[in-house]
Amino acid sequence: MVKDIMTGNKATAYGAMLARAQVVAAYPITPQTTIVERIADLIAEGKMKAKYIMVESEHSAMAATIAASNTGARAFTATSSHGLALMHEVLMWAAGARTPAVLVNVNRAMAPPWSVYADHQDAMAQRDTGVMQFWAENNQEILDSVIIAYKVAENKDILLPAMINQDAFYLSHTSEPVDIPDQELVDQYLPPFETEVKLDVDNPKGFGSFIMPPQYMEFRGHMARSMDKAREVIRKADREWEELTGRSYGGLMDMYRCEDAEFILFGAGTMMSTAKDVVDELRKEGRKVGIARLRVFRPFPVDEVRYLADRVHAIGVLDRTYTFGYGGPLFNEMNSQMYNHGKRPPTKNYIIGVGGRDVRPKHIRGIFDDLEKVSKEGYGEEGEIHWWGLLDGKTPEEEL
Amino acid sequence: MAKLTIPEEELMRAGHMGCLGCGATMAMRYVLKAAGPRTILSIPACCWAVMPGVWPNTCLAVPELYTPFETTGASISGIRAALDVQGQEDVNVIGFAGDGGTADIGIQALSGCADRNDNVLYIMYDNEAYMNTGIQRSGSTPVGAWTTTTPVGKTGAWEKSPKKSVADIMIAHRIPYVATASVAYPEDLIRKVNKALSIKGTKFIQIYSPCPTGWKMDPGLTVKIAREAVSSRAFPLFEVEEGVMTITMKPKKTPLKEYLHMQGRFRHMPRELIEEQEKILDMKWEELLFREECSKNTP
Amino acid sequence: MPQNIDEIPPTPMNTVSSEVVKTGGWRAFKPVCDESRCIKCWICWKYCPDVSIAIGENGPVFDYDHCKGCGICANECPVKCIEMIPENK
Repeated sequence: MVKDIMTGNKATAYGAMLARAQVVAAYPITPQTTIVERIADLIAEGKMKAKYIMVESEHSAMAATIAASNTGARAFTATSSHGLALMHEVLMWAAGARTPAVLVNVNRAMAPPWSVYADHQDAMAQRDTGVMQFWAENNQEILDSVIIAYKVAENKDILLPAMINQDAFYLSHTSEPVDIPDQELVDQYLPPFETEVKLDVDNPKGFGSFIMPPQYMEFRGHMARSMDKAREVIRKADREWEELTGRSYGGLMDMYRCEDAEFILFGAGTMMSTAKDVVDELRKEGRKVGIARLRVFRPFPVDEVRYLADRVHAIGVLDRTYTFGYGGPLFNEMNSQMYNHGKRPPTKNYIIGVGGRDVRPKHIRGIFDDLEKVSKEGYGEEGEIHWWGLLDGKTPEEEL
Repeated sequence: MAKLTIPEEELMRAGHMGCLGCGATMAMRYVLKAAGPRTILSIPACCWAVMPGVWPNTCLAVPELYTPFETTGASISGIRAALDVQGQEDVNVIGFAGDGGTADIGIQALSGCADRNDNVLYIMYDNEAYMNTGIQRSGSTPVGAWTTTTPVGKTGAWEKSPKKSVADIMIAHRIPYVATASVAYPEDLIRKVNKALSIKGTKFIQIYSPCPTGWKMDPGLTVKIAREAVSSRAFPLFEVEEGVMTITMKPKKTPLKEYLHMQGRFRHMPRELIEEQEKILDMKWEELLFREECSKNTP
Repeated sequence: MPQNIDEIPPTPMNTVSSEVVKTGGWRAFKPVCDESRCIKCWICWKYCPDVSIAIGENGPVFDYDHCKGCGICANECPVKCIEMIPENK
């Protein structure tokens, strides 16, 4: 094991290299660019034995990735915000074609207004595609997740593509200490890619055929079942990784100090790292608080959410984007998982950090305070959704 | 028994969903005869995506990947990379797309592929409209044609935009081999496919494929119309190898009117328009002859 | 055709020959060859879009299970020994 200081983008490239990705097809977009640059370097230096297809758009990047995966090669791509949006049609195709490719997405705001900073809109808008989603909070997790994602995706019961999300600039361009696992260890964990969904001149098959209504639903049902099975496959893959490296990400949900917590915050990405530090401070002050960091969004950790719901007084849901329906995506999904289940503690949605706006410890502290107030006094005039720090002439100083 | 002029082995089977007299099925049959069993096909949304039939049937004896409409150029690059990285460089990778999926929505991916010069063959079967979705015009629809989006009506709303020259676009990319071919001349078509597959890099062949349904013509006339397309200069047959152009068929010129009148899609064309188009086609033919002459001096 | 979700593959894979589909049912006219005049040039076989002509001992053998009756063979035959006759239904 080698320790190095590296950015999230470099960790991504190393993850792809250690996972022995064989075909990479990617198109540059800020802030993913250093991923493709680093991969180009690794290939040029002879360290990574992969074919790099310099495609002319993200749509083509995913199309080439699917085709390579369907031809039996382990395929990798990376993108961000508008690139991911451009890939949307092909993401759905990748899922339906059951191609276990891995995509690393650097979460960046959607335009207009034009912004390159951290925001979760891009990935959240892809929730219905059938692509699995992992969310990282540090660079070590990114590197590890690329490898774990291939193991899960290539499982014969799963065969769905996987997306790993990392916050723009906070992870992609920020250096952190990272352990680079040995190639032998990774090879032990992740065997070479094999699949029955393969273009092979010695066993000719056609893929992607036309289907009539009496047959289509079962294929989508098959995908849904695989997504459900993925919960246990992910937990198992996480345990196996822990046995080899000592590192675990909690399976589908990274629960930090939730055992006896009364108030928890639920959310994804780097802001939850900040939140964990605040929890430590608050705990010293005697408050029973915890963080439920979403590690896997697709499949949704319904069991973990219901487990927590049974035990806490209130849940604050942090969303780094909005659905333009009613509340943010995590707020909506979490509430609906709890609706038909036992206890339903009050939940409040905090829209925060949108477009890369800083999520600071004082904000987290303020949110916990607000959550406790809601738990005791109810929602008040404001209701369940609060845009934290919104400049509307009424925002208190603590939110800025 | 007469000697056969094309290979006997069939890699396309009967029972496909093609209309009567479908030129696109003839194109595939000949391409596969040339390419052989060690071939992988990438086919986007087009008539050929539906041609093999409903799951689990297929009329193809080679592996085939159906891809989103605009992605053929990217898909074949992906297949090629995956085969090469697994040591199967001898397997042919052929993208087989319609004119819509090539000249219009697919041009970006094709341009990217040609730019990279990936070792693949791209076949555009040209039936001059979006046939699979019901005969709407494409960039490849010739002037004067009726289609459902360029209907004649009372205002003469037939196709006004000249037929996009995809072959010229591919020649401009300076890929090693570009050719046009026709289902009327299978020997020439097969020779061109074989030539292309022997060259490393991106190769492009546009195959003129009459569509009886979309062109409102007698299905039994597919081959005759394909021949007249060449002799009337509406679809010249040539190849460009490393920049050197050769016109591969120089039949005696036949009147454009005879070619047009066999097809219902042109029946409304006024005489003046036919004359004007004939002049343009004659001029383009002269230009081809000139290019052929000039390219003899290409270094 | 599987009737149960447990029997289907993860994505549709086509492996059964299309020959099971009897497209001969589409025909309105069928080709008939006068073998006495056939010169065995095999131009009919060459042009058939439906791969429904086989090279026989005495002339073309039409696969009436699949022939759609397009008439290309009759039109292209250099000695006009193939006639398209209305299909009896």
